[in-house]
Amino acid sequence: MREGVAYTGIPSAQELAACPGIPSRERMEKGRVAVIECVQEIPCNPCENACHLGAIEIGEQITNLPVLHEEKCTGCGMCVANCPGLAITIVDKTYSDTEAVIEFPFEYLPLPAVGDRVDAVSRGGEVLCQGTVTSVRKLKAYAGTAVVGIAVPKEYADSVRSMKRLKRR
Amino acid sequence: MREIVTDVAIVGAGSAGLSAAYQAASAGADVLVIDENARPGGQLFKQIHKFFGSKEHQAGTRGFAIGEQLLAKVEQSGAKVWLDSLVYGLLPDKSMGVISQGLNYSVKAKKIIIASGAKENYMAFPGSTLPGVMGAGAAQTMINVNRVLPGERILMVGSGNVGLIVSYQLMQAGAEVVGIVEGAPKIGGYGVHAGKIRRAGVPIYVGHTVDCVFGEEEVEGARIVAVDEKWNKIPGTEKTFDVDTVCLAVGLNPMTELVWMAGCKFDFIPSFGGHVPLHDENMETTVKGVYVAGDVTGVEEASSAMEEGNMAGVAAAEALGYLSAEEADKRKQQIMERLNTLRSGMFGAGRRTSKEKQIQDMHTYLESHKRTDPQEEVLGV
Amino acid sequence: MRVIEHPILEELKDQKKATLYYNGKPIEAVEGEPIAAALMNAGIRVFRTTAKRHEPRGIFCAIGRCTDCMMIVDGIPNTRTCVTAVKDGMRVEKQEGLAPLNPQGASKAQ
Repeated sequence: MREGVAYTGIPSAQELAACPGIPSRERMEKGRVAVIECVQEIPCNPCENACHLGAIEIGEQITNLPVLHEEKCTGCGMCVANCPGLAITIVDKTYSDTEAVIEFPFEYLPLPAVGDRVDAVSRGGEVLCQGTVTSVRKLKAYAGTAVVGIAVPKEYADSVRSMKRLKRR
Repeated sequence: MREIVTDVAIVGAGSAGLSAAYQAASAGADVLVIDENARPGGQLFKQIHKFFGSKEHQAGTRGFAIGEQLLAKVEQSGAKVWLDSLVYGLLPDKSMGVISQGLNYSVKAKKIIIASGAKENYMAFPGSTLPGVMGAGAAQTMINVNRVLPGERILMVGSGNVGLIVSYQLMQAGAEVVGIVEGAPKIGGYGVHAGKIRRAGVPIYVGHTVDCVFGEEEVEGARIVAVDEKWNKIPGTEKTFDVDTVCLAVGLNPMTELVWMAGCKFDFIPSFGGHVPLHDENMETTVKGVYVAGDVTGVEEASSAMEEGNMAGVAAAEALGYLSAEEADKRKQQIMERLNTLRSGMFGAGRRTSKEKQIQDMHTYLESHKRTDPQEEVLGV
Repeated sequence: MRVIEHPILEELKDQKKATLYYNGKPIEAVEGEPIAAALMNAGIRVFRTTAKRHEPRGIFCAIGRCTDCMMIVDGIPNTRTCVTAVKDGMRVEKQEGLAPLNPQGASKAQ
């Protein structure tokens, strides 16, 4: 099977490597930062407007891929819930010695609670490991989207991007 | 039969029709919008995802919220909206036959804007007529507007944005989606929509088609099969799913009946869903005073439909003298810029090419033909 | 099944209940919703049968175009249930084949 987002719905390693929204390895090691996995030129720029720090740039031509100015990004997370494509996560590799935190948009019910153990999943929905919920935010500005944070073993920081849906009550 | 006279009559209270109504009425025109449904908003209120585009297109706002804002603007503008009202005919003298709440009306408008939208395509395969096989848009209406699950285990056919978005929304409503089937070798819609589906653990079977859907009285299961590059089924690749519902997201086609009735000339543009009316930059057709906007002019998406509605509304108001040429030009230029933005990028550029061809074909037509003028021809004025 | 709780839409509450009679059997519905939605909620998906081969049909387009969802509603055959609103006490019958167009004859079509 051919690789790449157009064939599988999952960006390939090459697509991610070429993506201007992904911070450098050095920046990732420094703590909270947005990881914008937007690899197709679609007409869309709410992430640029959501960032009050000017850390995300798209420009006049709104089909441009978002460029992350990683030195300006504080990992505040406003872009996460504002991306209509749900393509942004916040990654914090400095959470603890052994764990990283991934904060991702989550639009299903039920929501998990802080402290819950959940199945952490990859871009392909595969369960990679268990995660502990560190935060669940559903601000008014998020317009219905919740942002959930989970702590996972550090080695999964680049591959965990969501959690498995919980069974409806 | 009661007779109603108005400046602008608009068929369809969806994205395009309401936008046109707002523009024309706020410029000062007397506007009547007619829609056969009990509620206005067309398909906007079932769109619960955040829209793409830029701030000017209300990107990041969910479809239903955009619908509410648009309705409020229309209400403020003074446009009248008739619901439960069916336009059953458009006569050559531009008068419309309307049945509203059981009463028959003849609506005579100086300008008519047809914004009748599109309907979902059907796809034939063994079992495709079984109850439980339905349009993806139908399922979306059920879950998001009527708040009823059409089934518990669902197979989606088609990976365009409709197939991807409705699959996601079915899961949000509590259903299980077992997979998405796509005949082409590539996913049709945005990668970010496909990404949501994949993170939820749902496979997307590209290069596959529905082999059959089976069940006695309703859907009890479905079988898919891989296809080669010539779309022949490859034996031995079948997969069977235990599903109660199969949704078809295999494109839409414009609902052009009234446009044909009006005597407008057509183009054939497959990527727009087939036969689409010729129209110029003002959205005016080959019949003077008859405008079109939204999916009826070629299937695109809601944001483009709203902009086309804006364009038709401004143009109609200008033609009636409610806007100066200067003011109208300014607005039309802004609308065109927003449309061009939406029709760009790897998914949108093709729509721009198609739209430019449609408008070019209109101009070519006008080089050798005069626009039909109902006033001259029928009334002899 | 009703979608009561939803991650994006407001929770469903305070809906005005109504009763539909499907082939004489009472079904709980919501006043004003399309008849088709009420039937689907009750698990009824076969709305009519075709005239020649008596094959089952159910909802397909849900916007009043395809005619697959036509039923006999309060004695009136060929009613599109996807665009006809529920009223309390409404009688809805599965339509077998073509029903006569005059409502008075509807009962004979059974």
